[in-house]
Amino acid sequence: MVLKNIGELETLQRSLRNEHSEKKKWVAVCAGTGCLASGAESVFAAFEKELKERGLKKTHVSMVKPTGCRGFCERGPHIVIYPEEISYQKVMPQDVPEIVEKSVKKSEVIERLLYTDPVTGEKVVRDTEIPFYKLQTRLILGMNPTLDPSSIQDYISRGGYSALAKVLNKMSPEMVIEEIKRSGLRGRGGAGFPTGIKWETTRRARGGPKYVVCNADEGDPGAFMNRSTLEGNPHSVLEGMAIGAYAIGASEGIVYVRNEYPLAVKNVENAVRQAREYGLLGKNILGSNFSFDVSVVRGAGAFVCGEETALIASVEGKKGVPRQRPPYPSEEGLWGRPTNINNVETWANVPLIINRGADWYSKLGTPGSKGTKVFALVGKINNTGLVEVPMGTTLSKIIYEIGGGLPGGKKLKGVQIGGPSGGIIPADKVNVPIDYDSLKELGAMMGSGGMVVMDEDTCMVDIAKYFLKFLLEESCGKCTTCREGIERMLELVTKITEGEATEADLSLLEELAGIVRDTTMCGLGNTAPNPVLSTLRYFREEYLAHIKEKKCPAGVCKALIRFSIEPDKCTGCGACAKACPQGAISGEKKKPHAISLEKCIKCGICYTTCKFGAVRRG
Amino acid sequence: MGSESDATAQVKKVSVKDELAGEMKGWKNFVDGVIDRYQGERRWLINMLFDIQSEFRYLPHFALEHLAKRLEVSLSEIYGIATFYKAFTLKPRGKHVVTVCLGTACHVRKSLAVLEEFQRALGIEPGETTNDGEFTLETVNCLGCCAKGPIVVVDGEYHGNMTPSRVRSVLKEVIRGGRDGTEKYRGAGDTPALAS
Ligand SMILES: Cc1cc2nc3c(=O)[nH]c(=O)nc-3n(C[C@H](O)[C@H](O)[C@H](O)COP(=O)(O)O)c2cc1C
Ligand code: SF4
Ligand code: SF4
Ligand code: FES
Ligand code: FES
Repeated sequence: MVLKNIGELETLQRSLRNEHSEKKKWVAVCAGTGCLASGAESVFAAFEKELKERGLKKTHVSMVKPTGCRGFCERGPHIVIYPEEISYQKVMPQDVPEIVEKSVKKSEVIERLLYTDPVTGEKVVRDTEIPFYKLQTRLILGMNPTLDPSSIQDYISRGGYSALAKVLNKMSPEMVIEEIKRSGLRGRGGAGFPTGIKWETTRRARGGPKYVVCNADEGDPGAFMNRSTLEGNPHSVLEGMAIGAYAIGASEGIVYVRNEYPLAVKNVENAVRQAREYGLLGKNILGSNFSFDVSVVRGAGAFVCGEETALIASVEGKKGVPRQRPPYPSEEGLWGRPTNINNVETWANVPLIINRGADWYSKLGTPGSKGTKVFALVGKINNTGLVEVPMGTTLSKIIYEIGGGLPGGKKLKGVQIGGPSGGIIPADKVNVPIDYDSLKELGAMMGSGGMVVMDEDTCMVDIAKYFLKFLLEESCGKCTTCREGIERMLELVTKITEGEATEADLSLLEELAGIVRDTTMCGLGNTAPNPVLSTLRYFREEYLAHIKEKKCPAGVCKALIRFSIEPDKCTGCGACAKACPQGAISGEKKKPHAISLEKCIKCGICYTTCKFGAVRRG
Repeated sequence: MGSESDATAQVKKVSVKDELAGEMKGWKNFVDGVIDRYQGERRWLINMLFDIQSEFRYLPHFALEHLAKRLEVSLSEIYGIATFYKAFTLKPRGKHVVTVCLGTACHVRKSLAVLEEFQRALGIEPGETTNDGEFTLETVNCLGCCAKGPIVVVDGEYHGNMTPSRVRSVLKEVIRGGRDGTEKYRGAGDTPALAS
């Protein structure tokens, strides 16, 4: 069905909405990567089977719908029964018959499958009452829990593509750019460049054809907001790109998505196909003069390809190596033509701004950073997941109210924000409102919005080592200072973790960090020293403990710890001996065990295995 | 990272083994099919490599040679690209591929200990394949599944919240033939790597 004009889109929207409102009960089963990893597929199949066998599909339930990621993947598989919004977590296929009998047929609630508030211990029936969701402002992720990402009709029924229609019908490209500028939208891919200005530069650039690119490389390990958006609501990104292309004067778009996200690849490819079928991509969209099409290109596993000039090389089918800028891609990008690259989340903001207006949008956030930002809250935190909040929300609200604090009553040590280019916010700075500028002041960076929560058991020197190792592997090797500099830095940090370093090494490390930052070409090298510099800034004493006392206070660095068993705490249960992969633990039943230091490889399995806290790490 | 000379060394190393694989019937048709699917356009080279790899589970020399000829791109450039990107492998993979996530979120939850336990259980380093051709061990930097970390993917199946103590049971499960126990192809005792 090709929609020939805006009237046809509106008619379709209305009829789909009517169809939807007549619907009886329906069940949403999260089919995002996280929930699929915990078995959502078999839960879905169990529902289909159960309803069919009992003949309830006609009388009670209109449909079982696979939906996008809700961001609370840790507790998946998730299902929600509408219209009551009964929300169940960690659902297994064997729970399904009971759910159908009680909750679907009789609208009864099954207590054991509900969310339990870790603070109050209360059971919560609806997602919207769970603090994790209640305290968020979900503009980008809002549709995910009820939308079938494989159905363009589902998207259209909620007003999808009306922003594109509005733009084609009522706005000139200049007006669109003005609206985006006034909204204050800044790029969500890291640096926070004003989106409207980037669009304008590309529009004004000479030559053509022009291109728009969606950067869905999401190379920052620990971040998954782009995955969730692309997987759960691909049309919102395509709609944003189409609006951007219209404003810029581009006729071709590319979604560059990492291969590690197979479901995102599949869902976007499917969305592109459907949008073409409906005439929302392709020639003369909705009967206008505007033609625009999108192709999907898979990234092949190189972090540096998220950098825009490297991404361009990769799309052209070459090695993803960055090049000197200027010229910027907005002047000379893909095949030497003006190219506008934005992040997934940036594009997904566009339809919202067009639909609701720049005035509405710019009321959200702080003076310098508007709108919401999705953060991936991971690490040592109770509620792991995606958190979307207005810019300027404090870190403490995110961690303690939305995230439910740290598990095991552990104390917060710091939060690593912005991935390999970012830095650490120490625990005593958690009351700072988070936006682009405040993060920079603290020596971190927004990056993609990854937030890794760290407790007392995280060693900051180890974290610095981790990122250096990551970056060394990912450096394309073009700049000597990046390739060699990171390697030398890693050597020094490794020396520290092994208790072999002196204080002179520390100053050398700092000097080297400055050189790498100043003498490398692309953002990878420029920001590579950040994790080191920010851990040094806030946790210098931890470095010094490794150097002077030859101790790892967090008990992480292998060379500096050893495991032993405290005889008076050991009950002789033998659990550790059974778990030890080296056979390093021996002892008679019901008598204190002991660890052979020669055989021990310090894997720490015994430490986590012992229920009596008898294994000591020191 | 893959320099040009690395790439040439790789060419030499794989070609011997590939002669056997080259006897595989129909491979040329397959590669031609892939090239035609992308109208022989150079810009789709990476996608073509993906398609070839998903057929052979690695990038065989004979396929790359044919690709180079048809696209009129030098073989060393293709090898340069294939070695630059982590998604590509020039060595045949084992029957089962174990991928351990070492992303930040998984790292903080001690994924390194999980990886090391796999290394011990299989007797290989990341990037290697067991001598019996059963298992290949690989690492990845985030699968976007961080909330369930540490994540390990075995033959496309995700295992969340992994611990070193679960490593051996996961491997045994694989040897038994997946989570549901169907498709039994081998007795557990047959894999020497797991004997320890
Ligand atoms: C090493 C490196 C990796 C990057 N990775 C990503 C990425 O994965 N996703 C992304 O959107 N931007 C990434 N960026 C930033 C992009 O280069 C670019 O600034 C961004 O896509 C622009 O979009 P925005 O204006 O919407 O933020 C990376 C930058 C560098 C230097
Ligand atoms: S598990 Fe703990 S209590 Fe039991 S034998 Fe080992 S050290 Fe002792
Ligand atoms: S740390 Fe690991 S190797 Fe050492 S005794 Fe404990 S379980 Fe055994
Ligand atoms: S995948 Fe289901 S909540 Fe994220
Ligand atoms: S860090 Fe392992 S899945 Fe993201």
